[in-house]
Amino acid sequence: MSVADRKVVRGIGFGLLSPEKILRQSVVEINSPETYDQDGLPVPGGLMDRRLGTVEPSQRCETCGARAGKCPGHFGHIKLERPVVHPGLAKKVYETLSSVCKECGRIKLPEQEIEEYTRQMRELEGRNPNLAKALSKAIVKKASQVTKCPHCGTINNPIEFERPTTYFESSGGKGEGSALLRIPPTEIRIRLEKIKDEEARLLGWDPETARPEWAILTYLPVPPISMRPAITLETGLRSEDDLTHKLVDILRANEKLHEHISSGAPQSVIDDVWELLQYHVTTYFDNETQGAPSSRHRSGRPLRTLAQRLKGKEGRFRGNLLGKRVDFSARSVISPDPWIGINEVGVPQEIAKVLTVPEPVTNLNLQEMKELVRRGPKNYPGANYIVRPNGMMVDLRYAKDTNEIAEEIGVGFVVERHLRDGDVVLFNRQPSLHRPSIMGHVVRVLPYRTFRLNPAVCPPYNADFDGDEMNLHVPQGKEAEAEAKEMLLVQNHLLSPRFGGPVMGALQDFISGGFMLTRKSVLLEREEAMDLLYAGGYTGPLPPPAITSPKELWTGKQLISLFIPGGINFQGRANSCTGCGGCTLDECPSDGFVVVKDGELLMGVLDKKTIGASVPNSLLHFIIKEAGADAGRDFMDKAFKVMLRFSEENGFTVGLRDLEIPPSVREEIKKRIGSALAEIDQAIAAYKRGEIMAEPGKTPEEEIEDTIMSKLTKLRDDVGELAAENMDHESHSYVMALTGARGSVLNLTQISAIVGQQSSRGGRIVRGYSDRTLPVFDHGDISAKGRGFVESSFYEGLDPIEFFFHAVTGREGLVDTAVRTSQSGYMQRRLIHALEDLHVEYDGSVRGANGELIELRYGEDGVDPAKSNHGVALDIDRIIDMVMKEEDRDAITCFKRTRCSDRWAGKRGVVSDQA
Amino acid sequence: MTRLDVSKHVLVSTHVLLQKEEAERVLKELGVTLDDLPKISARDPMAKYVKAKKGDVIKLIRKSPTAGQSLAYRVVV
Ligand SMILES: [Mg+2]
Ligand SMILES: [Zn+2]
Ligand SMILES: [Zn+2]
Ligand SMILES: [Zn+2]
Repeated sequence: MSVADRKVVRGIGFGLLSPEKILRQSVVEINSPETYDQDGLPVPGGLMDRRLGTVEPSQRCETCGARAGKCPGHFGHIKLERPVVHPGLAKKVYETLSSVCKECGRIKLPEQEIEEYTRQMRELEGRNPNLAKALSKAIVKKASQVTKCPHCGTINNPIEFERPTTYFESSGGKGEGSALLRIPPTEIRIRLEKIKDEEARLLGWDPETARPEWAILTYLPVPPISMRPAITLETGLRSEDDLTHKLVDILRANEKLHEHISSGAPQSVIDDVWELLQYHVTTYFDNETQGAPSSRHRSGRPLRTLAQRLKGKEGRFRGNLLGKRVDFSARSVISPDPWIGINEVGVPQEIAKVLTVPEPVTNLNLQEMKELVRRGPKNYPGANYIVRPNGMMVDLRYAKDTNEIAEEIGVGFVVERHLRDGDVVLFNRQPSLHRPSIMGHVVRVLPYRTFRLNPAVCPPYNADFDGDEMNLHVPQGKEAEAEAKEMLLVQNHLLSPRFGGPVMGALQDFISGGFMLTRKSVLLEREEAMDLLYAGGYTGPLPPPAITSPKELWTGKQLISLFIPGGINFQGRANSCTGCGGCTLDECPSDGFVVVKDGELLMGVLDKKTIGASVPNSLLHFIIKEAGADAGRDFMDKAFKVMLRFSEENGFTVGLRDLEIPPSVREEIKKRIGSALAEIDQAIAAYKRGEIMAEPGKTPEEEIEDTIMSKLTKLRDDVGELAAENMDHESHSYVMALTGARGSVLNLTQISAIVGQQSSRGGRIVRGYSDRTLPVFDHGDISAKGRGFVESSFYEGLDPIEFFFHAVTGREGLVDTAVRTSQSGYMQRRLIHALEDLHVEYDGSVRGANGELIELRYGEDGVDPAKSNHGVALDIDRIIDMVMKEEDRDAITCFKRTRCSDRWAGKRGVVSDQA
Repeated sequence: MTRLDVSKHVLVSTHVLLQKEEAERVLKELGVTLDDLPKISARDPMAKYVKAKKGDVIKLIRKSPTAGQSLAYRVVV
């Protein structure tokens, strides 16, 4: 900072370097392709000339006298023996060349038109760069059509451009007589020099920063060594940077060109070397130039030249400026651990010993910090560095005696201690598509080598455990730590702004466990009850038993109620209730009507609808909303563990036996399938005889297709229903489907009764051979089987044909998801970029980055969807429920349900006796 | 041929041309300048319908599925 002044950047302008500027900024002319002499010293005038700055710490720069690190490096230059075209501007040069007269250098348009365009350009310039660009495009298009110069009358024959950097001019005349002559860069430069500043402007040049002739290079800047440092391999061999290699190529060609010119070699020889020079300069700028073969290293690896350093994902912009590698981060495979809290993360001790937290030493923690320093970097709760008050860092890995250093520290020191339990870190899984893709977690240092994650937090990260890896970042400093603690912790993201409900909640085994535990039939002995409550971390007294004699017994509902915060009221249907026939609101034969009163689960079973993830207006949702994020987290941390513990104690497993159905029912199913297929065959026969009556607007083909499809759909529904009715409803497979833990009843019927129609492209499977799907079928076979109907069940097994059709559908699904994810991912990226700086102001309006008005009120109603109930801002019924006195509430509930109130009161009485 | 009255179309919300003073009051209330408002072309059929000139402010009264009714402002360009 001593050499350069500090200034505020107000803008960045791009332009071309003029030959004068190149010379002015140059400290040395480079003319020797040799870099080092026999003694290993840099050759003066070579690419490693000391005047270009130094990168070796032992030497001083010969230009500025500073040492490596302080010396910014200095540019040199190469004087090109013959000019070459700048490859990045070759197209522009072509357009310009085509638009101007080769003799007088004027744009080949009449004076008046030029004046008019000049006037228009002045108006647009600076105000609307896009329109200015379009105008000059139009001028070029018009002027390049003109042959005869309106100013001096010269005939300009059309110019042709050949990638990457060659220009031809036809010699005039048509057919036989015409020939294409190459225009050498020297000639191009002369033509471009003639263009007046004002007219260059019309052609899209800014003559102040980029005169057209500067696009033809006469001097080439040589970047300082700090821009292209050589690397020393382990073998001791030096390996020069790709840019240095390319510059050597340029210098060689340049030297050869010089020799040929001064020895008076024939023009064709000179032209060949000149072209070589052009090639090297072209690939020096961009080694992926179209039309030029890429320049390669001896190993065959393409060289990484100037453009390659900037371009693409790993280039300077996307790789280094928009995204950087960071310290204090770790990445590992994740695995599930339902016994840690939802806002915790299990960190392997090995990682905890590498990641550090800077802890300022105070009077309060002095002894503790001393102890950590004494333990050093190798013993787990230890420290890796200390920072003295003067800012000097001491690496404890190299300390001879950590005891000595520990005695040295005092208030004002900073100890970089190991990560330990209770620290807050940021946890992230890519792709980071939304806010909860990075959340704050509390550290739990654990053995083994994976990050541990409570499975309930999988949904916001979209994580599973089939090999997913996640990243972890340690906040450095109190401010970052406070931010992580106050804003980023998992419990602050339980409610999703996407659908106004909890994103996180019970999943899979939590749900089946919750259901099994809260069923009416569950009665637990004292030991069982205490074991469950201990798993949930409950420390209070055991509630009075629901049944006192002959034995004290507790219900699962009682135990779960201990974890529901007081004051929470809820009523609603369980997942397992939907569809049960004859179910009335508060009298469900399957105990599917859930009532929670003042934090007491009075009736109903818990399942997906009440505690599941991504279910708005559920019991879990109201706990989080009304008792707060911490209460929500607490419920999930404790109650879910009780549910899991119950599963663990009782066993929860599935088997094929779950899906067996009685032989009589299986026979009935087969009979129904047989008759439905026979019906279809008859319909097809009728169709083939031409006896089918198509509905208006349908062809007979469409009619028969629809008939078949509807018959098959009905068949599957019928058979499925029959199978579902006759399945063992107490089996764990059925319980999972019923409670929403995993799978659906449809899946189960596919296993035990019938797989059903396979589809491709939204209809029956029709593709394959001509007029048939497989060669085992006749041409034109449109029967159920021939178009992908699978009448077998998974239990029985599929025949080869059915198996094939099933694979077709499976494959289509895979391809669709692959295509969809890439497309929606790109769309999402574009949308986010378009909307990223919109924000809601304190007046409730949505504003852009510069305060421009986007919307008067966010979402037109000003509702924060994360604080809504599935998008509804106010649930009036619920509010009335909350503020009403109990009797009034009962009256209203009864009024709403038009039911008598004593039944309601009676029910409550019975249950509260139990509790 | 009968001309179509765009203002009667179900998808076209009510457009109201604001008087100078009212426009100024609205801008002040919102704390914005004319440039910060969303734009509507002077050639827009509804802008022509309310006889708006460049620089005028049009108030839109829309039906909203979330709020019942919502307001928006447009500057005519
Ligand atoms: Mg995965
Ligand atoms: Zn220097
Ligand atoms: Zn001319
Ligand atoms: Zn029910």
